[in-house]
Order: sequence, then C-alpha cells, then structure tokens
Amino acid sequence: MTRPSLLGRLISEDYPRNRVLAGLLIIAFVGLALAPFLFPGTRPLSVATRICIFILLAASYDVVLGYTGIVSFGHAMFFGFGAYGVAIMLARGWVGWDAMAIGLAAALALSAAVAALIGLISLRVKAIFFSMMTLAVASFALILATQMRDLTGGEDGLTFRLPPALMPSFRLVAEPLFGVRIDGRILTYYLIFGTSLAFFLLLLRIVNSPFGRVLQAIRENEFRAEALGFSVVLHRTLAGVIGACVATIAGALLAIALRYNGPAASMSFEIMVDSILLMAVIGGMGTLYGPLIGAVLIVLAQYYLQPGMEILSSALSGFPVLPALFHPDRWLLWLGVLFVTIVYFFPSGVVGRLRALSASRPARSA
Amino acid sequence: MSDILLSLSGVHTHIGSYHILHGVDLSVRRGKVTMLLGRNGAGKTTTLRTIMGLWRASAGAIALDGRAITDAATPDIARMGVAYVPETMGIFSQLTVRENMTLATANGRFDETRLEETFGFFPVLKTKWNDRAGLLSGGQKQMLAIARAIIERRRLLVVDEPTKGLAPAIIDHLIEAMNRLKQAQTTILLVEQNFHMARSVGDDVAVMDDGVIVHRGAMADLAADEALQQRLLGLNLASHQ
Repeated sequence: MTRPSLLGRLISEDYPRNRVLAGLLIIAFVGLALAPFLFPGTRPLSVATRICIFILLAASYDVVLGYTGIVSFGHAMFFGFGAYGVAIMLARGWVGWDAMAIGLAAALALSAAVAALIGLISLRVKAIFFSMMTLAVASFALILATQMRDLTGGEDGLTFRLPPALMPSFRLVAEPLFGVRIDGRILTYYLIFGTSLAFFLLLLRIVNSPFGRVLQAIRENEFRAEALGFSVVLHRTLAGVIGACVATIAGALLAIALRYNGPAASMSFEIMVDSILLMAVIGGMGTLYGPLIGAVLIVLAQYYLQPGMEILSSALSGFPVLPALFHPDRWLLWLGVLFVTIVYFFPSGVVGRLRALSASRPARSA
Repeated sequence: MSDILLSLSGVHTHIGSYHILHGVDLSVRRGKVTMLLGRNGAGKTTTLRTIMGLWRASAGAIALDGRAITDAATPDIARMGVAYVPETMGIFSQLTVRENMTLATANGRFDETRLEETFGFFPVLKTKWNDRAGLLSGGQKQMLAIARAIIERRRLLVVDEPTKGLAPAIIDHLIEAMNRLKQAQTTILLVEQNFHMARSVGDDVAVMDDGVIVHRGAMADLAADEALQQRLLGLNLASHQ
C-alpha cells in the first residue's frame, strides 16, 4: 500500500473524485486564501469572511445531518452560543485574547452539555420527534437570548471591541503588501480563514476515521450497525456533540468578524433554514465538500444576486416586462427559483451529482 | 465446558400485535453447524433477530455459553462474539469493501493472517477491496457479509439464508466456504431454504413451523428420510439435487 501524499494526508484521503469538483475546490481555496489581495475592498472581504464561517458551520451540520442522518433544527443555537460566549466576555470591557478564550471555552462546554443531553434524551425517539425537540430547545434558547437583556443585550445585541491586533487601526507592517495594507481587518480575516480551514480539515479527519465510518453505517442501516456491536445512541450523541462544538467555534468567529452579536445575527431560524440547511442540501449531504460548495454558492447569491439583477434589469430596459421581472427588488424571488432549480436538477446536491457522474469509472483495487 | 453454546428455552416473541414465536426451544452445539429450516413465515428470521436482541423476547430465556442474553442490548450481544449475517446481506452499500470489513474488526485493524484466510474463502473480495460495496453483485455482497462476520474470531455465526437469490455456481462457492469454516470448528446457526446447502453443511437440524420447533435431530438423518422431509418441509428432494 502506497503512503498518501501530504495533500492526501491533509484531506484524509477524501479526494474530490471528480475533475469539475476538484477545480471548484481549488478555485474556492485559492480565492479565499488570497481574497484580500485578489478582491481588495471592504465588501469582498466581508463576503469572503462570511463564506469561511458558513463553510465551517454548514460542514459541522453535515456531520449531524449528512453523515449520521439526524435532522436537527437546533444547530443555529450552538452557533449562537459561540457568538454569545465571545460577545458577552468582550462586551464586559475585558478586551483580551484570554477573555475570548474563556468565553469560547464556556460556550463549548455549554454546547457540548446541551447537545449531549438532547442526544441522550431524544435520539431514542423517532426522527420527527427528535427534530421537534431540537426545534423547541432552539426556540427556548432564542427567547432566553432576547429576554436576558442584562447578559445578552436583548434584541439589540452586544457591540464590543476586539484585542488591538484585530482592530482596523492596527498595522502589522508599515508598507502595503502587493498594494494591500496589512491591518487588523486582514489579520482578523486570516484568523477566521485559518481557523475555519483547520477545523474543516479536522472534520474531514473525523468523518474519514473509523468513527466516521460507523456514523455512515448507522445512517445507512442502524440495525445492521447495532448487530456489529455499535451503540447507535452513543455514536449519534457523539456526532451531535462534535457538530455542536464546531458550530460553536464558527459562532465565535462570526462575533469576531462582526464585532457584534445579537439574536438575529447568529441564532435566528433564518440562519438555520436559509443558510445552514440550504447550504448542506444544495451542496450535497454526506460529503463535507458539499456544504463547502453550498456555502460559497449561497453566500455569493445573498451578496451579489441583487446587484447582478440591477445590471441585468438596466440592460433589458428596451424590452417589455423583462426589466420589471428582473428588478433588483425581486432578488428573493429569483433566489428561491435558483434554489428550487438546483434541488430539482441536483437532488443529491451539486457534489453528489458530480460524484455520481464519475462513479461509473473503475475504482482503485488492492 | 458445556457442549451447548447457545440455548433458547420457551422463547416467545411479539411484533406489535402479532405473536410470532410460540415457545421456541433450540440448542446449538459448540463447533457444529445447526440448520434452522422451515417454510416461509415459520419464524426462522424472527428467531435469529430475537437471539440478536433486535426484537425482544416477550417470554422465555436465551443463553450464550450459560450466560443469559435475553435482555442484553444488540451491541452487547455482538461484542460477546455473536456475528449476524442478515437475510438482506447486511452490507453498507455506500462504504467500500475495506471499510465494511474494518467496521467488523474489534479495533479498526486487521489481523493479517485472518485477513488472508478470509481472502482464501472469498478471493474476489481482494480484487474489489477499494470498490463501493453497493457496486458488487448479489453473490459478492453475500460473500462480503459473511467475510465481515468471520474477519474476527467469533464464538457464534448467525446466518440468515445466505443463498437467497444467488446463482448455483455462487451457492457451491458458499457451501465450500461454509465447509471450510466448519472444519475450523466455527459454531454456526444457519437458516436456509436451499436443502442442497443444508444437507451439504449441516450437522444438526431444527425444523420450525408456525413459531415452534417441530423437529430436532441430525441433519444426515433428515437428508436420508424423504418422507420426513415431505412431511416437515413439503420438499420434493428431486427438485433440490
């Protein structure tokens, strides 16, 4: 057996298995790694930051939904825990890395405990009841976040300062690099990019480990997995805890990126459905590259569909009906059409479809 | 050490409102192949699933090597060394052959000698090692399911109709594999509709009808008694040559 390359080891030998997918992943990686230099400006940097965070968040959800087959509507709650963990500590005026670390550690402990409790109590019941249970717990957490004003800032949320090295006024070097000033915003971006990349690779390692194979076996047929000696409840609970903890880290990154956190920013049902669930489903569940592609597609659509329609509407100004049809105010309608189209033509997601196209090729043998 | 590895005494099983097993008494001798035969719907698969804890016995007792497993959870029974090959082959089609086999190992690592031995039983699995299990043929899937059950040394193999839907050449290959397992003193409880296979590998036989054991004895005696076969199984042996 040949030893895998460094790249192979980094991605836990979970190769894209399709040239188009490999190309898309390379474009996404290079685009995000060099985003501050390739697309200078505040808006592109915000888009790239959001893509990094939501790749990690959607990937963490895929461990729960795609690899284990658990339909949870409570994932945004763990995202919110992470964001509030950092925000509550920093908003108290304790501006330092240690405050961020303590806030994140507390959020991780809370997420792990809640995920374990939900798992052990409700994974024994039928899937629909589990989904309802997660929805109820998430709604309860959202109400708590809006009601506990002294702690969370209520509906208004919390605004705070970051450690000096992450503030826009900070300069790492005096001279611009490739025309870009290396300030606190760029450092914040690379902190988020690096953390997201590291935890995405960690998730790849987990889902490709023997533990990950057991999760896939359980998803496919839990009775067969039990007959092999694996406890379904224990493995599902562990998967839920892992997914929750990584979502918490993504939430902390969101708070750092925004220097703000509120219920709508990190805990809302819109985050759960419009972002997390859609990214996983459109990209393709059961493969971490799916949420990655889904996050890129959806964040880009959320940011650029409206300006794109404005250009299209102007270009069609000489035609009847069409300018009104593509008016920028109708961007949500077209976003919906885009999603329905993707789900219709790619029922297994973009990545699932691309991999299925390559599946007829002969596989490697021992 | 008792000669009996597995025993069922007066086992009843209900599935919902249906009463499927009506007091099953069965013994499986150590190092022997025990055939569980019977018509469709007699309760054979329910018996195996009850042994594995996939369905709970509502009454009666099941013991493995003298230890009660009636109320044990399925994963615990599997960890006691009972391997189950279900009727529907029990492979994970999205995983590769290697990953399917890895799942059945105790610590995620293969004992190389045991692996080569398993390849000896089913050489085709070596050539399909990195292929997705879902792409294998029906016979190959069955071989994988059995290979997964024997990749670790087990105390008992519980196998449900391994020949179902397979071509005669593949069945002959399975018979050969079962006989080699038998020579290695593996204890097997085998449900089978194919009388040719039952006769070729069985030491003992139990025949079920309507949720109870109606006959127990040596497989060779049943194979030699066409009238008994006709009475118990409705078999015309000529069609099973």
